[in-house]
Amino acid sequence: MSDAYYEKIARINLTTGEIKVEPLDLEVAKKFIGGRGLGTKILYDEGVATVDPLSPENKLVYITGPMTGSNSPSSGRYMVVTKSPLTGMIACANSGGIWGAKLKFAGWDALIVEGQAPDWCYLNIVDDKIEILDAREYLGVLSEELDDKLKEKHGADCSVLNIGPAGEKQVLLAAVMNDKDRAAGRSGTGAVMGSKKLKAIVVKATRKQLDVIADVEALKEANKRALKIIADNGVTGQGLRALGTAVLVNIINGIGALPTKNWQESYCPTADQFSGETLAEKYLKKPGACYHCPIACGRVINHGDKVVGGPEYEPLWAYGSDCGNDDLYTIDECNRLCNEYGLDAIGVPCTIAAAMELYQRGYIKEEDCAGVPLEWGSKEALVEWTKRMGDPETELDWLMSSGSARLCEHYGHPEYSMSVKKQEIPAYDARAIQGIGINYATANCGAAHVRGYMISPEVLGLPQQLDRTVTTDKAAWAKTFQDLTAVIDSMGNCLFTSFALGAQEYADLLNAATGTTWTVEQLLEIGDRIYNIERMFNKAAGMKPEDDRLPKRLLEEPITNGPSKGMLSQLPLTLPEYYAARGWVNAFPTDETLKKLGLDECVGK
Amino acid sequence: MIEVRFFATLREGRGKITQVPAEEASTAADLLRRFDIAAEEVAILLINGFHSKPEDAVKDGDVISLFPPVGGG
Repeated sequence: MSDAYYEKIARINLTTGEIKVEPLDLEVAKKFIGGRGLGTKILYDEGVATVDPLSPENKLVYITGPMTGSNSPSSGRYMVVTKSPLTGMIACANSGGIWGAKLKFAGWDALIVEGQAPDWCYLNIVDDKIEILDAREYLGVLSEELDDKLKEKHGADCSVLNIGPAGEKQVLLAAVMNDKDRAAGRSGTGAVMGSKKLKAIVVKATRKQLDVIADVEALKEANKRALKIIADNGVTGQGLRALGTAVLVNIINGIGALPTKNWQESYCPTADQFSGETLAEKYLKKPGACYHCPIACGRVINHGDKVVGGPEYEPLWAYGSDCGNDDLYTIDECNRLCNEYGLDAIGVPCTIAAAMELYQRGYIKEEDCAGVPLEWGSKEALVEWTKRMGDPETELDWLMSSGSARLCEHYGHPEYSMSVKKQEIPAYDARAIQGIGINYATANCGAAHVRGYMISPEVLGLPQQLDRTVTTDKAAWAKTFQDLTAVIDSMGNCLFTSFALGAQEYADLLNAATGTTWTVEQLLEIGDRIYNIERMFNKAAGMKPEDDRLPKRLLEEPITNGPSKGMLSQLPLTLPEYYAARGWVNAFPTDETLKKLGLDECVGK
Repeated sequence: MIEVRFFATLREGRGKITQVPAEEASTAADLLRRFDIAAEEVAILLINGFHSKPEDAVKDGDVISLFPPVGGG
């Protein structure tokens, strides 16, 4: 072994209790890199696309990339790949912290969890030893508290991944949490864990570094170059450490693309009150960093008498302007509650925003709200409804915890759900930024910003400034960004490194670690392959061409206020261009495209 | 008047927001000079919410927003 993989996967059947060690197929691994790519390939081959996501037949793949745990920059990433109960399509939720690196140090490229345990259990991994232990005493325990309890039991040097009460109850917006405040947050992966009665996975490793590098000297050199580029870059060298992703509040508001009151407005006059600058001034204790990360975008904040993980840009926006709120302390509290209950801190507040619009329009009545009306900006409503969605009891609790698409459908007004493929859209108005809309509409996991972050060129000017208001060339840019993102995810590096690094740097790092000789062109083709196998998973799962869409509001209701007033998404123009760039017809790859990408297993499907 | 808004580290020593008489600046570069900001310190320069360059003209009633290199997601 000298190729950055330990060539070992654990297959854990919770129904039977059987744990099998399987060899990693190295050829397949290199064809899909690892992480997101390889995880999807495994699930596609094993026929998971057609199963009920919350049945024992669904599988959870906890998977690292070849770079996970290496000395390359920001290399603590692991992914949870499964069939999403929220979208009914592929889910790949990506998280940092140190859990992924420790799983790798313990000698595992991936865990495949199948079946359903007879009663609540957790996995305890110590190097090559895996045991299934009784978790009944931890039922109902909040995520951070459970982290402490399991560390007390298994030692402070272990790392804990778990679900909170939301995952236990199979809430469709439940996240998988690790290292207290890191989340594989989206697409309801926590609910899948809950359906298997799996409360936590504890990992401890004797190994402290990755010792299976193909060319140690070459990796050292590639690392040195990459670290210098990251340090010299204003965004990754200083900007993210100083203010975190929260700095985007004022920028996105400044261009008039900060969705407000469930996207009824796009500019919030009081946004500075919940901005990165205000967060730093009032509550920041220090920046936080994941495993081997020179960027340190995380926020460690003072919160009452506690020190907790602070909010990223997404919850700041979603619990802020999207819910008509500008009270930062309330956002911090709601973000903390999402971490404790194990909830998607994008999906939950966006669903509250949709519920607030339903309430505004009289579809949800005051008497439905069990004493806490869903009024715009109500601090009490934000806190209380977050708790209720994390541990639902009433009919409305359950409806809301199932996401805005199901909630709004229930009330006969699906148009108020700002979602794609039933997953809530993140914090950038696609009417004001044309390229990001292509990405929202076509992301295989449902609406996401981190599948092809067009905000980089369209707003931040990285690697070059594009005009956010036009559609020219945006389809090709979106495709390239999506393909490169699939590569970075699959490698196990953090996407944020790409504010500074280019495709060549990733090729150099990966080649040094795995002994491959990929050119940039070949690397992007792997990204394309990953994107296409995800799409074929979705096709098998029943996805329809009309699922590549944006909410009616973005296509038909022009922005009502701020600098981008009057703008609409031009998706009907860009989507055909995007399909042409991908070699897709009616949202799906042609056989010719699949053959060209070496996806023969998908041809004719 | 022209309104100048400072963000992130550009607020240090300058505050959040200030007004400049329109006759005292004809381009965004004039404003940068006035507040002792080097062009390379500014990664995003917005005039009325749209990306602009230092040499672009400014006029009475404009809102200028200045950001250093920042990112997020």
